[in-house]
Amino acid sequence: MKSSPFLTIAEARRLLVAGKISPLELLEELETRIKAVNPKIKAYLSWDSEQARQEALQADLSKPLGGIPIGIKDAIVVKNAPANSSSKILGNYRAPYDASVITRLRAAGAFPMGRLNMDEFAMGSSTENSAFHPTYNPWDQTRIPGGSSGGSAAAVAAGMALATLGSDTGGSIRQPAALCGCVGFKPTYGRVSRYGLIAFASSLDQIGSLTHSVEDSALLLNAIAGHDPHDSTSLQLPHEDFTSEIGHDLKGMRFGIPKEYFVDGMEPGVRDAVDKAIQQLVSLGAEPVEISLPHTEYAVSTYYIIVTAEASSNLARFDGIRYGHRTTRSTDLLSLYEKTREEGFGAEVKRRIILGTYVLTKGHHDAYYLRAQKVRTLIRKDFEEAFEKVDFILSPTSPETAFKLGEKVLDPLKMYLADIFTIAGNLSGICGMSLPCGFSKRDGVELPVGLQLLGPSFEEKRLFRVGHAYEQSTEWHQQHPAIF
Amino acid sequence: MSASTPAIDVAYLARLARIQLTTDEEVLFTSQLERVLEHIAKINTLDLSGIEATAHAISVFDVVREDVVGESLPKQVVLEQAPHQANGLFVVPKVLE
Repeated sequence: MKSSPFLTIAEARRLLVAGKISPLELLEELETRIKAVNPKIKAYLSWDSEQARQEALQADLSKPLGGIPIGIKDAIVVKNAPANSSSKILGNYRAPYDASVITRLRAAGAFPMGRLNMDEFAMGSSTENSAFHPTYNPWDQTRIPGGSSGGSAAAVAAGMALATLGSDTGGSIRQPAALCGCVGFKPTYGRVSRYGLIAFASSLDQIGSLTHSVEDSALLLNAIAGHDPHDSTSLQLPHEDFTSEIGHDLKGMRFGIPKEYFVDGMEPGVRDAVDKAIQQLVSLGAEPVEISLPHTEYAVSTYYIIVTAEASSNLARFDGIRYGHRTTRSTDLLSLYEKTREEGFGAEVKRRIILGTYVLTKGHHDAYYLRAQKVRTLIRKDFEEAFEKVDFILSPTSPETAFKLGEKVLDPLKMYLADIFTIAGNLSGICGMSLPCGFSKRDGVELPVGLQLLGPSFEEKRLFRVGHAYEQSTEWHQQHPAIF
Repeated sequence: MSASTPAIDVAYLARLARIQLTTDEEVLFTSQLERVLEHIAKINTLDLSGIEATAHAISVFDVVREDVVGESLPKQVVLEQAPHQANGLFVVPKVLE
């Protein structure tokens, strides 16, 4: 082996540019690893070996990500590859076009390698809602990897990908990154085009990355950020190099510790690890400030009204007419719709469509949807006011480490509360990151803990600066699960 | 919220959403969603008078472009994905009698 399974993009690029490994060798070693490990972890749904080989052979090493294979969440379309969003309803669909992030990755010299498992249509926090199979946490295979980008996180953590793309609607990148022990980054809403991302909740969805290092997240954002005429929510902003503040020190920076995020009920090992991270940041010169985000307790309610309303509308397109699965049991057009959707959608998707339909029904719209949008304004203002006092906000990514498979499947509300620290970031649109900050012993097993850093909208560079400084001052990012 | 009058009429909503449910699913979803509704009712305790609604975290405006024909996917490529197609058209069950 010329490469380590836990190679970062930056390290791989150095090897490639120095001619110590060719793009094809790098890909072949990765594929060997996937073949050995994936049967135990089940992060990948599929991959196209031949297509990836062709792209590796044609890789242009002069480009910033030349020769780097990137794993792709099943919600992001790649031309001629299956794209199911881990749902049965898409049937044998193969995308006829590339998502804009894929076009941009290719323009930067990288190429897509493999389809990664997820909760169906990104609805879930454990990847157990995949219509295909669960994915197992690389640190303990009786536990979930988090979700919805559980395949994307587990692949990175298990050394089956240099980096992957995921999507984050309420924490779907950051929470699995925390539970698997890798870096997860959600850019600001509007930073990255969602064209070609199978829509879940359009006012919240954002594409981001799962990586071995903070620097790699910045390198990937350099490739995928930017305005796209195909997505009117992607903003026209001046080009920036997101790595430019990496290496700067943290002296004089102020970080907020929201008192509402440090309440009873948190796993003690998570609390300890985050407390130590706070001390570490202080030792790096940053100053902690207690802040309040007073509407935190309304975030989960607000989120589940908005997210289900938008999902019920977005998922109306899956009707069995133009693509995907169609029932063979229909007698007329109405039963074609109803039975196609009965057969194609899993339980959580049906539940959310029904809740979303409820909150949009005449008589409920003002009481639920409109009220939720107003509470969203209050939550957004909480952050705006906080960022007048501090440069970034720190919290645990999740109140607990990875839970057992099956533990929350029958209790949707409990599952929804797994995202309690991440969803406010989506409601307010700001950027956020989860990075490894230690381990917590749960049922006798050492499991990774994630530290969440939140930054003001469009201040991704600041988060990379803080995240990198913290990461390089600890050894957490060098710990890997023992999987061979 | 009594068991005899559920807060949420799942069967009715499923019809609106064009999803056929089994009776077991209706019962299960009713009890699960009643709990979720109890939780989300929390936002009713807030005084929201004078607060504007946020539809997007950033200001999103309608975007217009020049009205010129651009490239799009060839018709055959699109139709290839359809579960049932013929003569360059999507085939659906009879709609008009």
